[in-house]
Amino acid sequence: MSDSKKFNWTGWLIFAAILLFWEYGSRSNPRLQLYFPPVSQVVIALAQTFVSGEIVNHLLTTLARFMAGYFIAALVAVTAGIILGYFRVIHSLLDILIELLRPMPSVAIIPVAILLLGIGNSMIVAVTVYATMWPILINTVDGVRHIDRTLVATGRTFGLSRWRILQRIVLPAASPYVVTGLRIGLAIALILVTTAEMVAGSKGLGFFILDEERSMNSRNMYAGIILVAGLGYALNRLFLGLEGKAMKWRRGMIARETVS
Amino acid sequence: MPILEVQRLSKSYRQLGGETTVAIENISCQIESGEFVSFVGPSGCGKTTLLMSIAGLTVPSTGKIIVNGREVSGPPPNLVLVFQEFNKSLFAWRSVLGNVRFGLEARGSRSRDAEIKAKSLIDLVGLKGFENHYPWELSGGMQQRVAIARALAYEPEVLLMDEPFGSLDALTRLELEDTLLRLWAELRSTILFITHDIEEAIYLSDRIWVLSRRPSRIVEELRIDFPRPRDQVTTRAEGRFMQLRNDIYQRISNHRPL
Repeated sequence: MSDSKKFNWTGWLIFAAILLFWEYGSRSNPRLQLYFPPVSQVVIALAQTFVSGEIVNHLLTTLARFMAGYFIAALVAVTAGIILGYFRVIHSLLDILIELLRPMPSVAIIPVAILLLGIGNSMIVAVTVYATMWPILINTVDGVRHIDRTLVATGRTFGLSRWRILQRIVLPAASPYVVTGLRIGLAIALILVTTAEMVAGSKGLGFFILDEERSMNSRNMYAGIILVAGLGYALNRLFLGLEGKAMKWRRGMIARETVS
Repeated sequence: MPILEVQRLSKSYRQLGGETTVAIENISCQIESGEFVSFVGPSGCGKTTLLMSIAGLTVPSTGKIIVNGREVSGPPPNLVLVFQEFNKSLFAWRSVLGNVRFGLEARGSRSRDAEIKAKSLIDLVGLKGFENHYPWELSGGMQQRVAIARALAYEPEVLLMDEPFGSLDALTRLELEDTLLRLWAELRSTILFITHDIEEAIYLSDRIWVLSRRPSRIVEELRIDFPRPRDQVTTRAEGRFMQLRNDIYQRISNHRPL
């Protein structure tokens, strides 16, 4: 983390070497090209589908579903997490349910969602919300429960109401945990959107990748994969940037904890 | 009328095994406005329980506490507690200025005045220039200074302090004792201080209540009349200071001179 500012030359060099190996291996084995077309051609395919607007539409569809799913999940899970963390009674009521549902792979509910909601946007968003909620919920509950009693007592001695303590003390004190949950949720949301698109529907990058594979157009298939990978990378980068700004107070503290 | 009155206060806890332990028993005292008073007693004697009850953070088993003529049933509005564990009590996500401002915000003041007032308090506790530091960037003594400034920003009539210097090194401790006395003289508030350090209690206070081991009772009340301002060297060097220290020590430990 500390040298994230420096450009990682060796890392990128290894990446470039793999691409070169792919390009060379593919060009020297024409029979392999159905499975592994040269990278250069994949890039060209990506550019072509971009210019034609075909892949852009799929990208925007995926992005919109991702956003809807992620933000709804964040809102619901942070709220629920704070309530569950703060009120022990409610937590003990729902504890078993959470522990039983959590280990189930979230993709398993896709058929249920299709049954209930059909194969449209609402199904994909619902599945994404469901899967993304878990890491955010669990981390938020943990964060609220780990708050030191002295901190809450401090709020009380300063005459703060329960609601104010929640707002001014519990929420910021739990925020490092919440942020961790949100970061894990980011990756999960993208996985679920793509998977759900592969299973059902006729739009989105997940659909595009699978559809191109079925039409034996592996260049476009790889173009879709690269795009969805790039999307994940960009979203993570954006998140880390925002996190660095919002959690500025944590940075030096963590550095100090690791040193001592 | 005393600003704070404790009437026959007792508190017992039920332990995990089902046994009940009596932390404090039948404690009564009266504190006048503007006084600096201390409770001194051995570790684990229930001093903190007493303070928590006065702060309205725990409910006593029997007896009552009256602050400014009103019986305490929750944290009283004109009283604030400074915790021993400043590292757990300070807000890590707020700067020094932000932490001190919290005391003012809790009072409902959010204007530009709050900023000016917070800055003058930071100045008063000797942290000028550290306004924008975060708590983790400061030493223990500086952190407790922030906690004190935050408490003073709330403008309490009574300041409760639970072994505030207990985890600091000896030199920092002496420095902070003097800072506290200076603030107390300047702001004319009432301070109720808890410590297991007998000399600290004598050095700071107008009156001291000596507490016994568990179940904690008041075994002695002493008036300390060393002139103020006091001085770490000359006050502590007085013969009466040593005499008081020894008396209290014997009261607490049941130590008989040979």
